[in-house]
Amino acid sequence: MEKKVLMKGNEAIAEAAIRAGCRHYFGYPITPQTEIAAYMAKRMPKIGGTFLQAESEIAAINMVYGVASAGLRVMTSSSSPGISLKGEGLSYLAGADLPALVVNVQRGGPGLGGIQPSQSDYFQATRGAGHGDFRMIVLAPASVQEMAELTVSAFDLADKYRMTSMLLADGTMGQMMEPVALDDLKINPMPEKPWATTGTKMERKRNIINSLSLVPEELEQFNFARYEKYAKIEREEARAEEYRMEDAEICVAAFGIASRVSRNAVDAAREMGIKVGMIRPITLWPFPKETFKKSLSTVKKYISVELNMGQMIEDVRLSTECRRPVTLCNRAGGMIPTPEQVLEAIKSAANGGEN
Amino acid sequence: MSTTKYLFSGFGGQGILFIGKLVAYKGLIEDKQVSWLPSYGPEMRGGTASCSVIVSDGQVGSPIVSNPDVLVAMNLPSLDRFESAVVPGGSVYYDSSLIERKVKRNDVKAVGVPATKLASENGFPTLANMILLGKILSDRGEFSDEGIKAALGKVISARHADMLEVNLRAMQLGANYKE
Repeated sequence: MEKKVLMKGNEAIAEAAIRAGCRHYFGYPITPQTEIAAYMAKRMPKIGGTFLQAESEIAAINMVYGVASAGLRVMTSSSSPGISLKGEGLSYLAGADLPALVVNVQRGGPGLGGIQPSQSDYFQATRGAGHGDFRMIVLAPASVQEMAELTVSAFDLADKYRMTSMLLADGTMGQMMEPVALDDLKINPMPEKPWATTGTKMERKRNIINSLSLVPEELEQFNFARYEKYAKIEREEARAEEYRMEDAEICVAAFGIASRVSRNAVDAAREMGIKVGMIRPITLWPFPKETFKKSLSTVKKYISVELNMGQMIEDVRLSTECRRPVTLCNRAGGMIPTPEQVLEAIKSAANGGEN
Repeated sequence: MSTTKYLFSGFGGQGILFIGKLVAYKGLIEDKQVSWLPSYGPEMRGGTASCSVIVSDGQVGSPIVSNPDVLVAMNLPSLDRFESAVVPGGSVYYDSSLIERKVKRNDVKAVGVPATKLASENGFPTLANMILLGKILSDRGEFSDEGIKAALGKVISARHADMLEVNLRAMQLGANYKE
């Protein structure tokens, strides 16, 4: 048996990042993700890496821009209000086509909000992290093991496509401990980055990293090229877990902690003889549209379970082309739906109710 | 499939998270699926602390314990808050030297251990938590010196290895306690 240790989700992210070759971390403390920074502060000096507590979230994301330009693996982490501060930097990273990892361990909002777990930054992560036409690859872990695995995937995908990956977790996933098998992580070598600004040694043309482009015809071409890349990612990188979906007539859609709660409810409903399953998106962007489309062959009703006022529900409706009713089962502001609440929603759907 | 849901609760500083961690590690060593989830934030700083632990033969779904099989209450606010949440037939362990009232429910097994008093009398005043945990594990038939030592070895850092013996002694004291 592989060696397992108990780790907090936040710590698993930090350790996995180091194993993936990340040697530069910039951040600013905020609950509930501070363990990431604390772990990095302890480990980075011992392995020749850089840990820097920046003067603000904005400074941290721009330091990320610098290291990413030099072609090295780099990350920052924060929680909801801090991610909003990084918005400008995220847009610049996209405009300069730079690979980096940004972790958001979400808490309730809007504004300063609270410190309890939430999924209310779904729109921000999948649609509008900053100004301009751009996307980020968004990964949603649902266990501490996945916190580690998806951190590694996030670096790989960021490098492969030269763009920012976001790991979208929440306070529960960050704070909980579960067994992790770190030695099972599949670490791929970092690809060559001929575009990086590493010094020409007077042997090649200089590389320029920049997001300013004043000629609209050129800027349009950059946007076109970026969206061709995004289309390829949508075709090739969407991931989801299907749970008890074989004959499901009711489908629960849930990611992260909401999927953990829903799993109990699906099992309980199955014991009552209700044909219910769950689709758990692992990538939120690209959204696993094909998995949902395929499910239309058996599913009559969808229930989106979220820790927000209903955000992913829009993607469920879009990917099923509004051909079936989709209802919302939710809590917000730092509250978490209980398995009983989800079970009630499933029973209600099974009994012919809209919700 | 057997699943046990624990809720540990008390004041910040009583070692609530620590005994939760020990139970989780003990499960891990025994090849079970486990999860450990603390309450976090301002309430941890001197207020009430709690921690959910699930030990199961199968996959753990929600890590949040709203209805524990085993409730550990180390102060009155915790007992007041969580007593009603325990599943019928579950058990409530409480520190009877800090909580003067009895458990009100009669559909749960209630076990009062004067853990803080015993800890002071035996020269390890900070280990009331370990005494209570010793009693729980012994009642559940899960107390063995080897098993406890292995779990303690995971939870106590190498720097504090000298604390292992005294923790074990506190747990043995709890295990042998009769009401």
